[in-house]
Amino acid sequence: MVVMIPEMNFGWLIPEITIAVFAVITLLLSLLWKKGGLKPFLGVLPLIGAVVALYYTFHLWNGNLDLFNRLYTIDNFGTFFKAVSLIILILVILLSFRYVDREDIVVGEYYALLLFGTLGMMILVSSNNFITMFIGLEMMSISIYILCGLLAGNLKSVEASLKYFLLGAFATAFLLYGIALIYATTGTIDIREVATYVKGGGFLVTPTFMAGLALLIVGFGFKTASVPFHMWTPDVYEGAPTSITAYMATGVKAAAFGAFLRVLFTAFHPFFSGWTIMLWILAVATMTLGNITALKQDDVKRMLAYSSIAHAGYILIALAVGDRTLSSTVLYYLLVYSFMTIGAFAVVIIIGRKDSPNTGIESYAGLAGRHPVVAAVMAVFLFSLAGVPPLAGFMGKFYILTDAIRAGYYWLAIIGVLNSVVAAYYYLRVVMYMYFKEAQTDIGLPDFSVGSAVAIAISVWAVFHLGIFPRTFLMIAYKSSQIFM
Amino acid sequence: MNMTYPLLSVIIFLPLAGAVVLMFLPRSNPSLAKKWALVWTIIEFIVSLPLFFNFNEQTAQMQFVENVPWFPELGISYNIGVDGLSMLLVLLTTFLTVICVLASWESIKDKVKEYYISFLVLETAMIGALCALDLVLFYIFWELMLVPMYLLIGVWGGPRRIYAAIKFFLFTMVGSVLMLLAIMVLYFHYGAESGSYTFNLFDLYNANIPIVKQYWLFAAFALSFAIKVPMFPVHTWLPDAHTEAPTAGSVILAGVLLKMGTYGFVRFAIPLFPQAALRAAPIILTLAVIGIIYGAIMCIMQSDLKRLIAYSSVSHLGYIMLGLFSFNMQGLEGGIYQMLNHGISTGGLFLVVGMIYERRHTRMIADFGGLSTVMPKLAVFFLIITLSSIALPGTNGFVGEFLILLGAFRNNVSFGVLATTGVVLGAVYMLWMFQRVMYGEITKDENRALKDINKREATILVLIVFFVLLMGLYSQIFFKKMDTSAADYLQKFQTKVEMLQTAGPEAR
Repeated sequence: MVVMIPEMNFGWLIPEITIAVFAVITLLLSLLWKKGGLKPFLGVLPLIGAVVALYYTFHLWNGNLDLFNRLYTIDNFGTFFKAVSLIILILVILLSFRYVDREDIVVGEYYALLLFGTLGMMILVSSNNFITMFIGLEMMSISIYILCGLLAGNLKSVEASLKYFLLGAFATAFLLYGIALIYATTGTIDIREVATYVKGGGFLVTPTFMAGLALLIVGFGFKTASVPFHMWTPDVYEGAPTSITAYMATGVKAAAFGAFLRVLFTAFHPFFSGWTIMLWILAVATMTLGNITALKQDDVKRMLAYSSIAHAGYILIALAVGDRTLSSTVLYYLLVYSFMTIGAFAVVIIIGRKDSPNTGIESYAGLAGRHPVVAAVMAVFLFSLAGVPPLAGFMGKFYILTDAIRAGYYWLAIIGVLNSVVAAYYYLRVVMYMYFKEAQTDIGLPDFSVGSAVAIAISVWAVFHLGIFPRTFLMIAYKSSQIFM
Repeated sequence: MNMTYPLLSVIIFLPLAGAVVLMFLPRSNPSLAKKWALVWTIIEFIVSLPLFFNFNEQTAQMQFVENVPWFPELGISYNIGVDGLSMLLVLLTTFLTVICVLASWESIKDKVKEYYISFLVLETAMIGALCALDLVLFYIFWELMLVPMYLLIGVWGGPRRIYAAIKFFLFTMVGSVLMLLAIMVLYFHYGAESGSYTFNLFDLYNANIPIVKQYWLFAAFALSFAIKVPMFPVHTWLPDAHTEAPTAGSVILAGVLLKMGTYGFVRFAIPLFPQAALRAAPIILTLAVIGIIYGAIMCIMQSDLKRLIAYSSVSHLGYIMLGLFSFNMQGLEGGIYQMLNHGISTGGLFLVVGMIYERRHTRMIADFGGLSTVMPKLAVFFLIITLSSIALPGTNGFVGEFLILLGAFRNNVSFGVLATTGVVLGAVYMLWMFQRVMYGEITKDENRALKDINKREATILVLIVFFVLLMGLYSQIFFKKMDTSAADYLQKFQTKVEMLQTAGPEAR
């Protein structure tokens, strides 16, 4: 067998390289700048890195080729998710400026791990090979295991980190085992070659293969926090630093869904009938359980954690429908969802204080009187999450439901919309506290900073823009999902 | 797309622009906010007047149409227009908003700026929903109405406002999300049938839908609209919402928001699914009659003035539904006319109750009695509005109710007879209420020192009474505007029903 020398075309990897380089530089400089007055600049550096990487990511648009012996692939689908990950990274960094300061988080490690985590996401969504995908997934996951525990001296944070690590390791094992089983049946770990196998093999699909697919779904189900693999989510989301919670709820979820989508719609699409029912059940369970449990939460951060589970359920609707031509709706939904969720978490951050996170719903009582602007933007995010037009959340749901109706999945759509009514209740509950109730205790003015203000402003703009003028971005999402045609 | 003055867009978005300006006005100066809101709503009303005067009554076509592609790939467009069935409702909205701002002048002291922002956003949403001719656009405005109304009830409402606000929101949302799914099903059905995927209402009117599918779709639309109307038995949110809402909130809720439900039947549910509508008519008519009688009986038993008027709305909206589902000219025109009347009369009643409430801070009938001796001016206005609500000849209510009953009798005598008992009951509860509140001896000492209405309040009531009498005595100027549209509407309905009936069983 001839060993092929992979083509070295690093030009296509500039975004990834930029992120990696900036991560290393940040880590190194954090040692030098530990004491000096330059410490605040440690946050600016990764921000520059992320912006530069985003700029180069735009240049990848319409690039279409495989790198490194088809281990890695550049296509619009991957580029879209890379851009989403980087946008999320930028917003999270903006939110973190004040937050890491306030909570005494070790700055260098924090930013470096954020960058490494994002690098993992970028690899995850652009790999054409199960092993590369696995590497990306691990890179992302391990960074986040650590990030969860960075609130020094906070037991909940440590618990979150440990819990996420233990369960995450378990899920990783499932995923890897699934990959192994698929390799055992198909003899390949190249995603597109698996598709060829499945297409040709029709009913040769063996129990081993089925088991492998099921394990893969379990593994991705864990990363996307789908019921019944969601058990870790509320505790981890609640315990982790809030900026990291926002990062997990959006970035990790988006990247995991990106990879999930690529695997399902490329490798296993010919075997659609085998997994649609599995995902149908997963979607219904995820939406329903997420929403119903969220109803009872009195902690806004925890409520948002359950709401993010519920949103994973809506996305799973589109996956269960399995219409490849319409997979753009998932991309659009993830984009929309990221903005509104980060926005909501941003408000949670600025309401909080050192040693008193103020995440209980009663902290929001009377917010409209104390700080009308913050209350108004929070209301915008919550109404968007609830799917009230003309905000982006509505458009996202609208397209997802269109998918379901078009493919004739009426019951799934009905369960989906009824769920959104349930969800409206708990989102409105926060609005109700902000606007209808008087404050019981004085928690002071929001802890505003330039960074969080910019992040919130971007999110508000996006929530309105994506809701009222969805066309541009839906067309981008549509072009990104052309790879499945 | 014509380049002329986009009248409807201006009418729709002018309030929104006013709300945006309002956001930047200083919070420390609440009187500036309310003056701004008043001036702006008056401008809005004036701007909307050409709709009436430039309206061409010879044609049943949509007028003032604007059609701009919004998302052409999906067939969503910004398509708006009015015809004789909706034009007057738009004017009712712009008129009542001015009244509402005036009525809130002194009663709203807290978060004044936010209050008027909510009102202006609500106005945009309401007018948008009335003008939208694209189902997605309609749905967006339709849902957008919920948010400001939710805030109006929840922030500025009475003691049980939180419960009422959430109940209002969730009830309405359950209906509307199912309607959203029905819209999508319809979209794909028509797309598969004709090859062009569009949400344009007039294209979708041409869809040939098998009858079973029509039933389901009609059910989804009807549920959504019936909750809004509200029809028995999904009316339970209304008494709560009305009782807890601030006066102006009640006025706009009764005056315009409820009409969205009946308008939805006229514009969407019936013409989109005519055959299903025809076959479901007995059910709807039965529920309407139950609503008329049940609402009236509930009114007799109420001890709270606002709750009484809220239940009278259930009864009156039952008449409107009765008229609309009679499927004849009298019923349809009467129904639409009654939509306007109810906005004026019931709005007026809520205003009067609000004025009394501001003085006495109670709405219990038992706390009053003999008010006419201390408030003679109010008593006169109150009496006229009460009489218009029970449809005394000469007032607006008579014209609408008479036509509806005429239509109902022509359609089915038994429904007509049953509905007429509601007229009697209506007189009973309204007059009895009026007697207990205004006549007799003053039994409570607190009532002796009540001041009569001031100039601002008099202005409001004069405007209301003016329309009560105008619409009662010169109803022709309004009917002239809707005649052509209504005739055309019914004719299309008949054609379509017959076409489907003669098409044979396989087409159904």
